[in-house]
Amino acid sequence: MRQFHPNDTLLFILAGAVIVFIIAQSLFFLIRAYKRGKELGITSEQLKKTIVSTSIFTIAPAVAVLLGIITLSKFLGLPLPWLRLSVIGAITYELPAATSTANALGVSLSETIMDPKVYTAIAWVMTLGIFPGLIWVPLFIKKIQGGLMKIKSKDSKWGDIFMSSLFLGMISAFLGMVFADIRSGLVGWIPVFVLLFSAFLMMICGLLIKKCNMKWLETYALPICMLGAMIFAVVITPWIGGIAG
Amino acid sequence: MKRDNFEEKTHIYGRIWILLALVMIFSYPVITCIYYDAWPGMMPVLKGLLGVAPIFWTVGLVEVLTYVPMLGTGSSYLSFVTGNVTSIKAPAALSAMENAKVKPGTEEGEVISTIAVAVSAIVTTIVIAIGVVLLVPLTPILDNPAVKPAFDNILPALFGGLAVVYISKNWKISIVPLIFMLSLFLLVPSLADSVGILVPVGIIITVGSARILYKKGKL
Repeated sequence: MRQFHPNDTLLFILAGAVIVFIIAQSLFFLIRAYKRGKELGITSEQLKKTIVSTSIFTIAPAVAVLLGIITLSKFLGLPLPWLRLSVIGAITYELPAATSTANALGVSLSETIMDPKVYTAIAWVMTLGIFPGLIWVPLFIKKIQGGLMKIKSKDSKWGDIFMSSLFLGMISAFLGMVFADIRSGLVGWIPVFVLLFSAFLMMICGLLIKKCNMKWLETYALPICMLGAMIFAVVITPWIGGIAG
Repeated sequence: MKRDNFEEKTHIYGRIWILLALVMIFSYPVITCIYYDAWPGMMPVLKGLLGVAPIFWTVGLVEVLTYVPMLGTGSSYLSFVTGNVTSIKAPAALSAMENAKVKPGTEEGEVISTIAVAVSAIVTTIVIAIGVVLLVPLTPILDNPAVKPAFDNILPALFGGLAVVYISKNWKISIVPLIFMLSLFLLVPSLADSVGILVPVGIIITVGSARILYKKGKL
């Protein structure tokens, strides 16, 4: 039996191969959509704007994903968390999956796993726990879209309201979640203050775009709000902690 | 190329990529087991799965039902392979469509949404890859307790800005779900861990209350 280590070269090669695959898939869809956009008469300027603003927006949440990898790497090594959080996964899935398996095997997750059987058990649970997400899409996508088309063709005004309702339903769930901790005292209000600060920044951006005709700001508004509010969190957290504590 | 033709091809390509993705993600545990001759056995895997699969499989299905209508065809196939749908892909697609002033479900919406999700997937992958390479010098910075609040608050930081854009445009439909969700989380704070399940609940309430308002001619 080969000597196992969770940071073994083979594991890095395996994870790297899957990650190259993901980039290939993304490039395939990107190029296809870009060409299609041109056919439909969308300007190159608009398409490029979409690319630039999405890239900037993505950086901060991507660093948050990286933090998840660092957390998991303390006991799983780097390749497996790197793979899991680059493909389908999210820290909210992978940490419980690893914990559940470790509990079932009576292993502690406080130190790096050196037993290959524990490691592969965790890798299997992560994979089997997450793969149905891939199967649901091809199974249901046509039905879901057929239903949507029906709603829209029946009454197009209601169709628009219906789509907005989907977004607002999602947003309202997350806004509600931000208030979950406020009963625990002032510290629990921090996420609420961060939310309000982000909203405040967005209103300023909106005013600048409309009143001062700063159209270019549209591309950067969401990343500005997000990063601004994250910096705000760094500033107020020790301050509020000081008052409350 | 006509719309139906393009759509149809997107479905075909999407399915091929999903199949390949399945092969890729299963290759990791399979090859690891063979190479180290370390098959874990059925029981540990089943026991571990029992703790997470019922929730994951349901949430996975709910996410598909929730996000497919918002994302469109190409970006659905891509988002569910690349992951982080709620925290990265859906907000990226929504704000890109908003900025480009195109509607989801139209051909233009499909293009912009797919570009946003693809770019977002590529950037995420690159940022993570750089981070993994630079992990040793980066860890003390990212693990620094002073920086931690920034990432603990990433969702409020994101949804605050996003909410302003959508609520200001549709404030009438927003009131009922917002009041409902605020009360719910105030009464049962522990629900914060299952926000994935509450997204469809929020959607049902929003669509229901919007339908009533619409029927009454208030929208």
